[in-house]
Amino acid sequence: MSGKTKHGTVVGVNGNMVSVAFDTSVMQNEVAYVVLDDGRLKSEVIRVRGDEADLQVFESTGGIRVGDTVEFTGELLSVELGPGLLTQVFDGLQNPLPQLAREAGTFLQRGRYVYPLDTERQWDWTPGIEPGATVRAGEAVGTVPEGIFEHRIMVPFSWQGEWTLKTVTEAGPLTIRDTVATAENGAEERPITMVQTWPVKIPITAYREKVLPTEPLVTRLRIIDTFFPIAKGGTFCTPGPFGAGKTVLQHALSRHAEVDVVIVAACGERAGEVVEILREFPHLEDPRTGRTLMDRTIIVCNTSSMPVAAREASIYTSVTMAEYYRQMGLDCLLLADSTSRWAQALREMSGRLEEIPGEEAFPAYLESLVAGFYERAGRVELHDGTRGSITIGGAVSPAGGNFEEPVTQATLKVVGAFLGLSRDRANARRYPAIHPLESWSKYTGVVDPGPLRQARQVLRQGNEIAQMMKVVGEEGTPLTDFVQHLKGEFLDSVYLQQDLLDEADGSTTSERQEYVFAKVLEALRTRFELADKDAARSFFLQLRQHFIDWNFTVWDSEDFRQQERKLEALIAATAAAEGGGRERLEDGA
Amino acid sequence: MRKLYHRIRQIQGNVITVEADGIAYGELAEVHGTRGASLAQVIRLSGSRVSLQVFAGSRGISTRSEVRFLGHAMRVAATDQLRGRVFTGNGTPRDRGPVLKDNLIAIGGPSVNPANRIIPRNMIRTGIPMIDVFNSLVESQKLPIFSVAGEPYNELLARIAMQAEVDLIVLGGMGLKYDDYLFFRNTLEEHGALSRSILFIHTASDPIVECLLVPDMSLAVAEHFAVAGERVLVLLSDMTNFCDALKEIAITMEQIPSNRGYPGDLYSQLAARYEKAVDFETAGSITILAATTMPGDDVTHPVPDNTGYITEGQFYLVGGRIEPFGSLSRLKQQVNSDTRADHRAVMDTMIRLYAEYRESIEKQSMGFRMSAWDEKLLGYGGLFEERMMDLGVNIPLEEALDLGWRTLAECFEPGEVGMKSNLVAQFWPKKAS
Repeated sequence: MSGKTKHGTVVGVNGNMVSVAFDTSVMQNEVAYVVLDDGRLKSEVIRVRGDEADLQVFESTGGIRVGDTVEFTGELLSVELGPGLLTQVFDGLQNPLPQLAREAGTFLQRGRYVYPLDTERQWDWTPGIEPGATVRAGEAVGTVPEGIFEHRIMVPFSWQGEWTLKTVTEAGPLTIRDTVATAENGAEERPITMVQTWPVKIPITAYREKVLPTEPLVTRLRIIDTFFPIAKGGTFCTPGPFGAGKTVLQHALSRHAEVDVVIVAACGERAGEVVEILREFPHLEDPRTGRTLMDRTIIVCNTSSMPVAAREASIYTSVTMAEYYRQMGLDCLLLADSTSRWAQALREMSGRLEEIPGEEAFPAYLESLVAGFYERAGRVELHDGTRGSITIGGAVSPAGGNFEEPVTQATLKVVGAFLGLSRDRANARRYPAIHPLESWSKYTGVVDPGPLRQARQVLRQGNEIAQMMKVVGEEGTPLTDFVQHLKGEFLDSVYLQQDLLDEADGSTTSERQEYVFAKVLEALRTRFELADKDAARSFFLQLRQHFIDWNFTVWDSEDFRQQERKLEALIAATAAAEGGGRERLEDGA
Repeated sequence: MRKLYHRIRQIQGNVITVEADGIAYGELAEVHGTRGASLAQVIRLSGSRVSLQVFAGSRGISTRSEVRFLGHAMRVAATDQLRGRVFTGNGTPRDRGPVLKDNLIAIGGPSVNPANRIIPRNMIRTGIPMIDVFNSLVESQKLPIFSVAGEPYNELLARIAMQAEVDLIVLGGMGLKYDDYLFFRNTLEEHGALSRSILFIHTASDPIVECLLVPDMSLAVAEHFAVAGERVLVLLSDMTNFCDALKEIAITMEQIPSNRGYPGDLYSQLAARYEKAVDFETAGSITILAATTMPGDDVTHPVPDNTGYITEGQFYLVGGRIEPFGSLSRLKQQVNSDTRADHRAVMDTMIRLYAEYRESIEKQSMGFRMSAWDEKLLGYGGLFEERMMDLGVNIPLEEALDLGWRTLAECFEPGEVGMKSNLVAQFWPKKAS
């Protein structure tokens, strides 16, 4: 691929943008290096005008002079894909940060790049296919064990057409650079190793077809799985003002989501938040596998004080690695926190390029880039018939908490679920602060739609009555309305709210959700014998306490059953006698 | 001998453009105008045209003024002689002490590798119940005080600095009123803390570009001492002035503004400074407390809004008190579990009851009838404001917790506060017989 290196000369510097005069040819999005005394600074061509190219530099540009040399590589910005990506911590350009720390010390030094994978480690290679077989891009030729998975070694995604395997290396320990097979297509013969390179801004499409995301992705958060479900292969966004709990929510998802691989893209956010994952995940057990959570996690972290152009790249680096694991038939979850910082990086560059600005100075192509990113999610059927998926969840940090701004709006157009975080709910300590009336989802969840509509109706009515009570006061509200309001509050506090820090309450399986939801609904359907408002209030407080205590018990334990009997007794004791104590819940639209 | 340039092609705002060759991006220069020499920094290169922002402003610079490039970027002398000294934004002594030239280090250096960071673990005690009890300050935290002009945010900063157990205080003043600068200096002096303080002061009457340097100068010095093992507290007041200076330069450079005139990279600029807060595993730490005034008391204004997304919480200073709602220390969970068994319970309960008190107040003002419970809450709310929220209160955490229990006991029955029974049994004050 490399051949002879082309050169250029710096003619201008403006922030992290460098203008370069070249004499031969350059390619859009080609990687180039600005050569300085203290190192080579990685950059990417983002515009070509006449015989000048504009480059965004992924490092601090201090010290660059007019006349400095620039080397063009002829390759697009790419990542290395192979065994050993899991458990790693990368920066936006796929440099492994722990390795970088060992080599360069406490501070990030510019111009230092480290190969992302371990080239010396021996992997236990098992061939999966005989010589003579016909293969094409994305098909597995064998496997190596990586943590809990059989990591498929695949024919490079960039190979076109059909290839015939000539040789397949025998089982045994090999490094990622060793040849595991050779293949020919009549014209040429190529080796296959465990590692391949792929340009980050181009989606990997080595699959048979995309299929509809219908299977729920269980997150073990009740408000999501029951009310606003996410599907495997779907997309969702979590916009919210600062302090509404976006990051806590993302952490909970990265911990409890029932998927195979989680990729956390910390894009332009606080370094401290990544550190928590970094230091805690290796010690937390994944209940599904018995291994640590780190074993299924990749962290890509380009925090807010790291160079802004690499922040833009980090989103693509993350999704490309997700696509790689999807090709192995795995379910991947990509959590991007926050896509607004990515959009701001685009805005900064657009400003330097002096492009005509769109709304709030974001570039006019923001929407198509956002759409292009979320469209890389999806459930696919691979060539061998197995299925894999990528689910993308993007946090959005709208300026001033106002959802009308361009990034939120561009995102809402393309996602399948909107989990809007509300400052009011956060201030009232109602966590997770997902707004139960404004959020929506197009996917199907763990409970049946009929009962769910009824529960929604209870919330909506409760809210309407609460609004009215603000005007007419408690005295002016009829008892039946007041009870309806209390029922809404009850549903909110025992089901929608969840203590994410608690071992039992913080993670509710779908089985338990179905069970508890039915019980909650039963309480909502019951007509209670309540003398006056004070009696109603104290009864619902008691009922709430019983259900919350129930949530804190371990599923199916003795405590769980005991508490269940207690709350059943309470409901039975207060239920109105006539008509079986049931009232029909209206079906919401 | 470095070359001199005389051909200034453009003077606009505080930015001049000169024709020169071989100049590095970010390099410093000395500009000799009719009103004396000033430092300037390269902020754009385009062919042979070099744009510089002049720290002292462009007034008095002529097209024939002399520009001498220094061959290095902005630096600061990182030595022990800094202690007890006062400098301007560009590092010139503001006191009568000597100019320091030893061990010059670059400012605005690279950020810490996230893999080298650790989870913060030490609480900083301030003696202010609203902080210690309800939103504990943690070593290596970055926290702004959101307030409007006229609130005593500088007094609050000074008080925390005096009471926090740190090795070094670095004060970065941006657009400070001269009186405020004198207030800080005198307070430090009175408490005998000046000898462990370093001040970089830009006052409201100083050239605006110097304001831009203050955070970087302060943090570079702080980083130097933190790496050497000291626990450093950096006070920055007022960061809104810093942002306004950024805006001014951006507009001069004809950058496209993003929101209310502020440049699109405001978030990155603020983050680059605030993210300097760090706790080194085997060395010292940097804690950053900043004042951010909110124009028009609007938290959605770009400056407080971007700040809130970067910092680890915020204190709202309203009416001379730290407001319990909205104020948040994101790191308090890291430390408030190991202080005393009742800390979290007292924190949650008192805030919850105070929230109910606010609702009762609202009901009262709308003329609704007050129930017995409302009356109890009204009594409690008054005591809470007097004993906890008043900034005049200065007591250690343990005393504040005890006072909290006493307040609860004076207003409520043990069954009414919704706390765990074992805590009530242990801490609820016995009635004096």
